[in-house]
Amino acid sequence: MSEEKNLPPVESLTPEMRKVISSQVTRRGVITGAGAVGLAAFLAACGTKGAADTQSSAAPATADQSDSDKTLNVSNWPLYVDVDENDESIRPSVVAFTAATGIKVAYTEDVSDNNVFFGKVRNQLAAGQDTGRDIMVLTDWMAAKMIRLGWVQKLDKANIPNVEAHLRAALKTPSWDPTRDYSAPWQSGFGGIAYNGDVTKPVMSIDELFTRPDLKGKVTCLSEMRDTMGLVLLSMGKDPAVFNQGDFDAAIEKIQKAVDSGQIRKFTGNEYAPDLAKGNIAACVAWSGDVIQLQAKNDKIKYVIPEAGAMLWSDNMQVPKAAKHQKNAEAWINYYYDPKVAAQVAAYVNYICPVDGAQEEAAKIDPDLASNSLIFPDAATLAKAHIFAGLDEATEKSCQDAYAKVMGG
Amino acid sequence: MTSKKWVPYLLLAPGALWLALFFLTPMFNLGATSLYDPSGSLETGYVMNGHVGNYVDALSEYWPQFLRSFTFAAIATVLALIIAYPLAYAIALKSGQWKNILLILVIAPFFTSFLLRTLAWTAILGDNSSFVHFLQNIHILPEGGRILATPFAVVMGLTYNFLPFMTLPLFTSLEKVDPRLIEAAGDLYSKPFNGFHRVVLPLSMPGVVAGTLLTFIPASGDYINAQLLGGIKDTTMIGNVIDRAFLERGAYPTAAALSFLLMAAIVILVASYVKRAGTDELV
Repeated sequence: MSEEKNLPPVESLTPEMRKVISSQVTRRGVITGAGAVGLAAFLAACGTKGAADTQSSAAPATADQSDSDKTLNVSNWPLYVDVDENDESIRPSVVAFTAATGIKVAYTEDVSDNNVFFGKVRNQLAAGQDTGRDIMVLTDWMAAKMIRLGWVQKLDKANIPNVEAHLRAALKTPSWDPTRDYSAPWQSGFGGIAYNGDVTKPVMSIDELFTRPDLKGKVTCLSEMRDTMGLVLLSMGKDPAVFNQGDFDAAIEKIQKAVDSGQIRKFTGNEYAPDLAKGNIAACVAWSGDVIQLQAKNDKIKYVIPEAGAMLWSDNMQVPKAAKHQKNAEAWINYYYDPKVAAQVAAYVNYICPVDGAQEEAAKIDPDLASNSLIFPDAATLAKAHIFAGLDEATEKSCQDAYAKVMGG
Repeated sequence: MTSKKWVPYLLLAPGALWLALFFLTPMFNLGATSLYDPSGSLETGYVMNGHVGNYVDALSEYWPQFLRSFTFAAIATVLALIIAYPLAYAIALKSGQWKNILLILVIAPFFTSFLLRTLAWTAILGDNSSFVHFLQNIHILPEGGRILATPFAVVMGLTYNFLPFMTLPLFTSLEKVDPRLIEAAGDLYSKPFNGFHRVVLPLSMPGVVAGTLLTFIPASGDYINAQLLGGIKDTTMIGNVIDRAFLERGAYPTAAALSFLLMAAIVILVASYVKRAGTDELV
């Protein structure tokens, strides 16, 4: 939103520039505007009975119609798949999927906020009804919730050999779906530290970020609890995938201290990006996708994976309960785990490509793309990345409450 | 002509229907949500048990943010009035052929989004902006001092964003002032200030009342300015709390109770204000 611009005619640009410009607004960028629609989720949730108690009575999965009905309904975030450079309504990889499999795809960009989407589908899923979607793409914690509620289908691994073969090792065993039976990452991203080299010397750790006197009042943290808290937990030697209440409280206290001392200036969604570029803030907790964009304009902006570890989040493809075309959905998942296809998507979106081998394929399209360590991080970097635990409802609530308090209410 | 009794009802119908659908229904839902058992959740569902405690908890925990919201809104309203009154006066009474152009200039900012305009302020007030450097040079701000992420920035943002809502009603009521009344005051040996004080100001009171209401009410509930221009501790407004309670914490009963408290507080404040200011001319 902050970045709407009059774009120059696309034909006159190099592929590299085109990629940068086409990704000016990113899927995470959409989150900032989501507050306005939040009420919709709330209204959708109003006056409804408990979901958990209806779960047991949910109808069994409907018979799969994939063989007779060659269609597939995909719900994804906006700006999250490659589009034709001359016609944004054409998505080349989707067209190629249809050509290869004969499966017609209705691709809808109707996920703009995890909670809002949850509000949209919860009644149907709780009642065991078809939502009209065969694939939905949700962020880790929401994907974990779907699994916990039993609202997603188990994937048939025989139909998705590419996932088995090519999913990057760091993403294979999240605590909330340790064998990836119910989810496959679509794209991933880091939560780490960014700094503006024009304004400050390197900032390599959370401890530096929270205590270095020259950064006072020039630091922001993400209001997304999992990314900030995860990094702080890591900086204290704790594992964000398995932590206890005491660890969490200690981490909260550590942030509170940095707030009280005036070190942390504010908590933000991704509106930190322009502030970092302008030097209003010197360093911050940041998402890798945003920093790729900033780096295109200023290579002094650096992204740091702290020695203690960074956070790794993913948006995951899942097949909702009672979906009518599971097999088609699996064909889709398998197709997008073909390294060639994954490279094609990676050339368009700014996030970590979850597919092994895509880097080699990307090198054939664009060497610059393949050497970008925020899209194709090496194994050593990925090994330092951690996935946040899937919290149960009560823990989630108490964690969010405590974190909101640190943020000023 | 007795058969035309239904006409007024027919005319009322669209508005009434609209309000019933898009105001009363959500209000009812919100009211119900505010009384849910707070131990429920979106996932497990909520139990309606008339838990009035939500209101007590919300108020005891978040009264500082309430107080801050109304303080910020009140300051912004007063500032907007001070800025908008001379502006509206000049446009209405002194601008001649420029009137329409000036009016369009007042409305023009509405053509871009609220969010974008507020983001533009982050550039104007940024730590490295010339405005901040100027203030540092004349020692209004200490060396290394900042404006962004302070209460001052939030109040500035509020004032700016709601200025047109103050200007337009003022303009409308000032434009209706008959210039002959001002001349008459002069003819009766009134000094210019007295003429303004005794003639123009009272005649423009409906505009003042309408303008202050249109500024104060949305400013108290606003959360965009505090989010984009504010910091942490001394800038969080009640709108931010409600926003987070709904979207991040999933604390729906608390959020609903806070929304109702905000509405109630505004109604009380506005009612007492209107009673004092008198609105006979308003209707």
